[in-house]
This record gives sequence, structure tokens and C-alpha cells, in this order.
Amino acid sequence: MPEHTPGAILEATGLRKTFGDFTAVDDVSLTLTPGASLAVVGESGSGKTTTARMIAGLEQPTTGTILLAGRQPPGPRARTTERRRFAQHVQMVFQDPYTSLDRHQRIGDSITEVLALHTDLRGSARTARMTELLEQVGLNPQQAISRPRSLSGGQRQRAAIARALAVQPRLLVLDEAVAALDVSVQAQILTLLQDIRRQTQVAYLFITHDLGVVPHIADEIVVMRQGRVVDRGTTTEVLDRSQHPYTRALIDSVPRRGWKPRRRPATPT
Amino acid sequence: MTGTHALLEVKNLHVTLTGDRRRRTVLHRVDLAIPAGAALGLVGESGSGKSLTARTVLGLLPQGARVEGEVRFDGRSLTAMAPAALRGIRSHEIAMVFQDPRAHINPVRTIGDFLTEGLVTTRGVRRAVAEARAAALLGEVGIADGARRLRQRPSELSGGLLQRVMIAAALLTEPRLLLADEPTTALDVTTQAEVMAIIDETRLQRGLAMLFITHDLALAAAVCDRIAVMYAGSVVEELPSGHLSDAEHPYTRALMASRPDLGGPGKKLTAIKGRPLSAFETGPGCAFAPRCPDARDTCTTQHPALLPAGSGQAACHFPHHPRAAAGAAERSTSDA
Repeated sequence: MPEHTPGAILEATGLRKTFGDFTAVDDVSLTLTPGASLAVVGESGSGKTTTARMIAGLEQPTTGTILLAGRQPPGPRARTTERRRFAQHVQMVFQDPYTSLDRHQRIGDSITEVLALHTDLRGSARTARMTELLEQVGLNPQQAISRPRSLSGGQRQRAAIARALAVQPRLLVLDEAVAALDVSVQAQILTLLQDIRRQTQVAYLFITHDLGVVPHIADEIVVMRQGRVVDRGTTTEVLDRSQHPYTRALIDSVPRRGWKPRRRPATPT
Repeated sequence: MTGTHALLEVKNLHVTLTGDRRRRTVLHRVDLAIPAGAALGLVGESGSGKSLTARTVLGLLPQGARVEGEVRFDGRSLTAMAPAALRGIRSHEIAMVFQDPRAHINPVRTIGDFLTEGLVTTRGVRRAVAEARAAALLGEVGIADGARRLRQRPSELSGGLLQRVMIAAALLTEPRLLLADEPTTALDVTTQAEVMAIIDETRLQRGLAMLFITHDLALAAAVCDRIAVMYAGSVVEELPSGHLSDAEHPYTRALMASRPDLGGPGKKLTAIKGRPLSAFETGPGCAFAPRCPDARDTCTTQHPALLPAGSGQAACHFPHHPRAAAGAAERSTSDA
């Protein structure tokens, strides 16, 4: 058994994932305490999504260990009850809620389904909790009867967040969860996520390619490149003081006032 | 805008589309002018009508579309032009780069076929000559081994490389106007910076005019001379890029405030309440009124016209910027 730090909600140690000859993730270690928020930043192919999927239990690490609240996640052969217990610890929100929500299911039903599976709530108590969840994410309870198609992108992402929060997870893995949204809606979802974290002490693992959103969501940053962690620290340390050339290149790529796009100097890959 | 000799002029553009047996307005009123060699950023959220504006310029609207108003290119009316002449404009004078390069390139043909097709079939350039020009142009957009890339197929190239191929394709016909519709939205920020740098450099070298469509104000400001902000099918503000920080329209200011940036952890993100409206949902008043922090009674009943305000034009009954609140009072009394 790997050693467990008391109080940590997530401890990932020496994660490595290979697909054939290709190493997607190489020796990645992450720790999260309850209510903390960690951003994993990198470009396409940096291994950030594979790391997220391993932590959410969607992918088996080739080597390395994951502890969620001190427990190892169930393997592919685990019993249903074990998987359900694991689901209460970690939930995932994807980039495109249109493909992650069932398009034939009313969003209220998709939330009550989760409540039926994971809680003892029945009848009106279950409906009341569903309504409460919709309100928590800023949806109108009357929208419970809507199908994903009739909701806007921002509303769908709110519904996906409500569904993930239904089991009261300790850790929410957000994989590019605001990348597909318009700026005004993106700001709404980021603000919503901050409020939820303050209220519920849920921890976030926030996967993104855009360093610009990180100060608004995370306390700590891990920068990944080609499967490895190349830089890490608190958000302020990394954004203001990092000397790592790759982190600097990422920071310089974020458009802002007075910014001019520049061709990247050829860095050895 | 002087409007005397703009390369592209869009005047009073109003477009309706038929769908589900209903006729819906998708553009209420769009006025734009781009002088030769200048760049205009058309900024707005999904559904604001910015892509449709570009498609209307090229005559690429779906069947059943009804276009009112006028689009003039170099003095000629594109809206009144015969299809054959419009094809000539599209193949020689105006080029377009789209958001998703994979949706606009034939996946089974080589990059070389794609790049040289236009030159060989419509210009009668010899294939070897066309290939040499294509390879040289790939070098210009930052693809070093052009000759090898010409033999590859789209699936062998990354998104960033393929978008550079699309830019090269747009430049090959030596157009005078480039319509770039969210060319970097699907790319990582680092690749975005590089692709934008390439667009900016090649544009300036060639004196090419550009209509740059994006939802990102900061990105538009970095590569454009002027910015036009669209909301619910209308241009609501038009101003020089350098004056964005003292924008007159509350929507422009709200967009600026809701954009996350690296302004330090103390900087708070201000979200705009509600959702963006579509053009067909708008009522008689200002389309932004339901979300506007400064909305008054007039705003819900009267449609604001695009009038000179600050350093540009704004469609707002009470334009102002925080540092000049006195100006708002003046305008409101003159309107009353």
C-alpha cells in the first residue's frame, strides 16, 4: 500500500501511461487537499487529459498509484458497489456537455437518476434535492424538463456541473470545461465554480490549455509538456516569477492589452 | 468612417433566413467599412451574426436567404452581382480562412493538390510552377519542408500546421481582402499566437485588407486597426482598437470585464448576467437592455441607432465610459 498523507483528498504518485511505444504521461505526481484547486496546464499532446482520465478512473495507469481519500480506485474488474463508492469521491466535467449529457434525457431526469443510484433520497425529497442542485448552478427549476438540445452551451455546462455535484464528490475533474464557451458565459461558469468551491469544499483538478483562466479558478499550477511536469508552484509564483522558458512562452501567448502575437523561437522538442 | 473609398463597404445590411417554415431575421443592421490595407476586427459572441456577415459578403448564404442593404467591394456592388462575376471575385479578390480547417479541405487529396488546384484550373498556371509557388508560400507561413508537405494528406498534419496551409491557400490567389473567421479558436494558445503572427506579418507585407472575426476582444485589438462589436445581429459599437479601454457601449465594456487575463490574482472577473440573445429574439428596444446594468425605460422601448460617440460610433441611448459619466447625462437629455 502506498503511504497516505492524512487529510489529502488526492495523491497521485509517479503516474505513467504508455500506449504501445508512445509514452503519454511520464512520472506525474499530484496532491490535492479538500477545497483546493489545482490547474494542469499544457498544449495538445502534453498528457494533461490522460492524467485527468486516470485520476477520474477512466484510464488505468501503466505504473504509479492513485489514492482518493486514502483509497485506491477500483480496477476494471471491481464490483459495482465499489465503483459506486469511488464515484462518490470523484466526478468529471467534460469540454462539450452536448456529448457528455444524454440528448434524449431531460436534464432533471439525468440528475434524479444519479440521486437514485447514489443516495437514499426518495420521492419528493429526491425531487427537492434535484431542484436545489439546479438552483445551485443557476438554472431555473422549470428547466428540469428541458432536453440538452433546447439549452444554450452555458446552460448545458451548468446542467453537467449539477449532475456531477449530485453525489457530493470530494474532487471534481474539469477537463477544458470552459474552453468551448463564449467569453461572457465563460466568466459566468468560472464565477459559479468559485462559489461552489467556497460553499462545498469540493476540490478541483482543472485541466486547461489557456493560462489566462487559471488565476480565476486555481491556487496552484502544474505545467505539463510532452507527458512530463516541467514547472509547478502556486498560481502567483508560476505566473509572476517562473523562470522556466516553456512557462514563459505559455504566458506570452495569452492575448492581453498591448499584446502582439509573435512567432515562437524554435525551441528544441 | 469616411466611407469615401473603402475597399469593402457594408451598408445597412439586413438578412433573413427561412427555417422550420418561419422567416427569421439573422442580421438586423450591419454597417462596416474597411479601407484598402486596413484590418477590422468583428467581435461578438456565438449567434451575434459575425460569421453570417462574412458569408453575406461572399454570397455564401443558404437557400432562401433574403439580403437587403448593400455590400460594395472596390466600388462594385456584390449584392447585385451575377453569380459568375461573384465567383471571379471569390477566386481572385477575396479569400476566406475558416475556423475548422479540416472541414474545408478534401481529406483524400494531397496538400499539393489542394494548394495548386485554383492556380492550375482557373489561372492556367503550369503545375510545376504552381507547386514551386505553393512550396515558397508554405515557407512564408512558417512551414519549412514545403516540398514534403505538398505530398502529404490533411490527416498527417496537426491543426496548427493545417491552418497555416489554409492561410497559404488564401494568399496564393493574391487577394486584396482576407476574411478570417475565428481562424485560431480551435488552436492552443501558443499555436494561436504563432498563427496570428503569421497572418499579421503576411498581411502587412502584402498590404492586404482583413475582416477578422473573433469572440476575443484582446486578440482582435492586437492585429486590427479598428474594432466593430456585434450583438444580436447588429453592430453596437465601432471604434479604434487603441480606444477599447474607454469604450462607449456597456456591452463592449462588459465583454472587456468578463475576459479572463493575467492581470494578477486580485483582478476579479465580472460576468454578464443572462445569456446572449439571438437576432430573432430581440424586441423593439435595445437588444442588450435585459442584461445592461445601466438600462432605463427608453432602452426597452426604443431601438438605439449607431451614432458618433467617443472616438467611434455606438448604438446606445446612454453611452458613456466610467471616467466620463457627465457625458451620459448630456446625451440622455438631448434624447428626451
